[in-house]
Amino acid sequence: MKILKALLAGSAMLLCGGSVASATDLEVTHWWTSGGESAAVAEFAKAFNATGNHWVDGAIAGGGNTARPVFVSRITGGDPMGATMFNQGRQAEELVEAGLMRDLTDIATKEKWSEVIRPKSLYDGCTVDGKVYCVPVNIHSWQWLWLSHKAFEDAGVPVPTNWDEFVAAAPALEKAGKIPLALGRQAWQTTGAFNVLIPAIAGKETYLKVYRDHDAEVAAGPEIAKVFKAADEARKLAAKSNVQDWNQATNLVITGQAGGQIMGDWAQGEFQVAGQVAGKDYSCLPGLGVNALISVGGDAFYFPKLSDPEKSKAQEVLASTMLNPKTQVAFNLKKGSVPVRGDVDLAAANDCMKKGLQILADGNTIPDPPKLNTEDTNNQLNDLFVEFFSTPSMTPEDAQKRYAEIIASAD
Amino acid sequence: MSNPATLAVTAAGADAAAGMMSDPRGARPRKILSRRNIFIYGTLTVVALYYLLPLYVMVVTSLKGMPEIRVGNVFAPPLEITFEPWVKAWAKACTGLNCDGLSRGFWNSVRITVPSVIISIAIASINGYALANWRFKGANLFFTILIVGAFIPYQVMIYPVVIILRELGVYGTLTGLVIVHTIFGMPINTLLFRNYFASVPEELFKAARVDGAGFWGIYFRIMMPMSLPIFVVAMIIQVTGIWNDFLFGVVYTKPETYPMTVQLNNIVNSVQGVKEYNVNMAATIITGLVPLLVYFISGKLFVRGIAAGAVKG
Amino acid sequence: MIFTALVVFLGGTIWTIVYSFTNSKLLPRLRFVGLDQYDRLWSTPRWLASIENLFIYGILSLILSLLIGFILAALLDQKIRFEDTFRTIFLYPFALSFIVTGLVWQWLLNPDFGVQSVVRSLGWDSFTFNPLYDQRIVIYGLLIAGLWQGTGLVMCLMLAGLRGIDEDIWKAARVDGIPMWKTYLFIVVPMMRPVFITTLVIIASGIVRLYDLVVAQTSGGPGHASEVPAKYVYDYMFAAQNLGQGFAASTMMLLSVVIVVVPWAYLEFGGRDRRV
Repeated sequence: MKILKALLAGSAMLLCGGSVASATDLEVTHWWTSGGESAAVAEFAKAFNATGNHWVDGAIAGGGNTARPVFVSRITGGDPMGATMFNQGRQAEELVEAGLMRDLTDIATKEKWSEVIRPKSLYDGCTVDGKVYCVPVNIHSWQWLWLSHKAFEDAGVPVPTNWDEFVAAAPALEKAGKIPLALGRQAWQTTGAFNVLIPAIAGKETYLKVYRDHDAEVAAGPEIAKVFKAADEARKLAAKSNVQDWNQATNLVITGQAGGQIMGDWAQGEFQVAGQVAGKDYSCLPGLGVNALISVGGDAFYFPKLSDPEKSKAQEVLASTMLNPKTQVAFNLKKGSVPVRGDVDLAAANDCMKKGLQILADGNTIPDPPKLNTEDTNNQLNDLFVEFFSTPSMTPEDAQKRYAEIIASAD
Repeated sequence: MSNPATLAVTAAGADAAAGMMSDPRGARPRKILSRRNIFIYGTLTVVALYYLLPLYVMVVTSLKGMPEIRVGNVFAPPLEITFEPWVKAWAKACTGLNCDGLSRGFWNSVRITVPSVIISIAIASINGYALANWRFKGANLFFTILIVGAFIPYQVMIYPVVIILRELGVYGTLTGLVIVHTIFGMPINTLLFRNYFASVPEELFKAARVDGAGFWGIYFRIMMPMSLPIFVVAMIIQVTGIWNDFLFGVVYTKPETYPMTVQLNNIVNSVQGVKEYNVNMAATIITGLVPLLVYFISGKLFVRGIAAGAVKG
Repeated sequence: MIFTALVVFLGGTIWTIVYSFTNSKLLPRLRFVGLDQYDRLWSTPRWLASIENLFIYGILSLILSLLIGFILAALLDQKIRFEDTFRTIFLYPFALSFIVTGLVWQWLLNPDFGVQSVVRSLGWDSFTFNPLYDQRIVIYGLLIAGLWQGTGLVMCLMLAGLRGIDEDIWKAARVDGIPMWKTYLFIVVPMMRPVFITTLVIIASGIVRLYDLVVAQTSGGPGHASEVPAKYVYDYMFAAQNLGQGFAASTMMLLSVVIVVVPWAYLEFGGRDRRV
């Protein structure tokens, strides 16, 4: 049947002489492949297809570190896609500088992006020299601890309300045969967990000094030493977590095999797909319940320069579709993230998302590491933390020394 | 192509390997149930089991349902045979919104492999023929480059090739990948053909020249017809090598043109909820099927192919 | 053809080496920084770990595949029945890609379902064999898979070598009453020196490129315990957007291959050009 369809499609294209009919195909690349993410992406595709165009999905599995190289080599290799996702920040910096990305200023002015997008830092993250180069689509924050009610019930201890209680409850969980802390073994997850511990343990100032100012002295100092001690505890709690992908780790929490997981708010999408209810089946602690700070990062779509005018037009349609209030709500509810517009109706938001919105409204935010560090620095951090979290013999002191070196060499 | 297999053919003539098909030459066997025989067959059987085990496990896992996998052990035969994982792996497994399984990658791999094999063998055989039978300027240099080329880590070439493909305007297309496979298959196959043609009696070549045959005349009328075996060997090496390639496939293509190996890796790493090991294993078998078929059908020629030339003639 | 080879192989290699002396990030740029990239490379723990891992994997893989390959070939060479069947079984994994190999062994070695859990379910509760998640032995997990895939080839090459040994040698050895193992060790093996060298080069250059297997089976983990240089090159070139660093690492890989291959190529082809 498939082959037949392909043949039909092929011959139809031949008949049209290759010229494009009214519907323009636009390939959109991203790395959203988990259950919740796929559901969210489907909302974008639906909205875009409704405009009479056609979303060609270019998902690449295995996370950003696998997918980004493919995006970059395709753009530099002269075979750009219609639109591609990057994390907000410096990941696409050089591509923009090299003039490979499309300037979206016209449409941004027309639709008043600078007014509707909030917080403003997201809009600023998309501008280079006053020109707009990307569309932020969601606000993600990393600083969440997800807890399984079932795991704590089985262990006979109350569900913790902050990181210290969580650590204290760990022995009981272990006794009940649970993994206290679920942690995927991919490098970015280990770095992520550490970066969450910094503001929770050492506070906002330290976080900014290390990542924004790249102050090596602070990175080698006593505040960060406390963070490394906490990370040392975390790795012991996660020692038995034998999974690779973040959503496999989330699945351990969902099924009650693990007590908790430090992961960004996208984990919420998985709980939703599994039919779990916030506050009843699982809890979420922003800022690990210690320091209610969340980072403002997120995903953004960039539009490479294309020569085909039809496709360029479709790019504009896609850009405005993504920011459309309705699409924003539909997409973000599935994704577990917060919409980038303040003027949308979020009655459908659940407990966790409301907590996030409140913190956002209070302005308790910090910038995301991808905004502050180059990918080179982030990768070096990945190398360090993946080793630290899997090598019990590596002392926190040694790790901190190397950490300070990386921060010192960051640009 | 990152298979060391393909390197096996770099040394001397393929003719030498034909020798291994003749009788064994070890010490003579004695009684049937001697201790020696028990030792030999015992060892071989144990080792054979180790080699067969993964294939067996792949097959049984792919025929089980997920609940059975969760409770049972990997070696247990399926209680209830289901072909659902196979159907899913072939036609339904998802990466993002694309839920057409491995089928797309399969056809891509076919469309990459067939032209790559034909073109690379045509070019390599002519190169080998020119190197072996015609003295031309720069032959030595060419030969040296090929030897180095045969062993160069591909990582060194990844980025320059991105630039070359961009300049040619074929980046991300199947054509681009065919070109890459043709170029990277050239050193090994050229050496293979050169060594084979070099073993053709020189008198034959000289007689043809006296008769007035030219470069192409000799190639098509004399060399090609008598080199069928080496063509088959080269074909086997190229088919398995290109089909199994992962690195080039992942760097030089895009989702629409992904070969099967890349798609396999994608499907296995796209976890929605729990890992579906049965689907993964079915996908793995399906991906391995083509080279396995080539291997089983070509049988002794395959053995001859990879052993070709490793022994000095 | 010469032109293509020149441009692609020679040109590409030189291009990579030249850019390894620059600080190219996402895009190649000619801003020279001398040996900075190499300095950083050799002080990066992950690169050093990659080298060490590859070294352990390489040495063991070389020794074991030569040993196992030779023994299997010698056993098959005893005028046995079913030689074809055995040979087919030993060689079939070789037709499979490293991706397939890696995924199969990942499944077999899975601690919750694979070998470890099966042995435990047989009653040996304390049995621990978890090479995918244990840093100390993960490299052996890779080795098991690599040997499964590759020893068939070595066996084939060795068998071809054994068949090339003159029957008279065996007769003479028997007449002199030399025990079989001695004949193999002191007469046959030295005679097969060229086969051994060729096999060694083939295995060695395959080891340097080791990549697909690691990606499919362990993704370099846990920690850096199964990282390899080829993966470092790919990750830094593309994921870390630091081309210069990736180029420097790939130049080091090239260097190691040159050290292995050039002497061999000289021996193999240098003195005995037939017609060229």
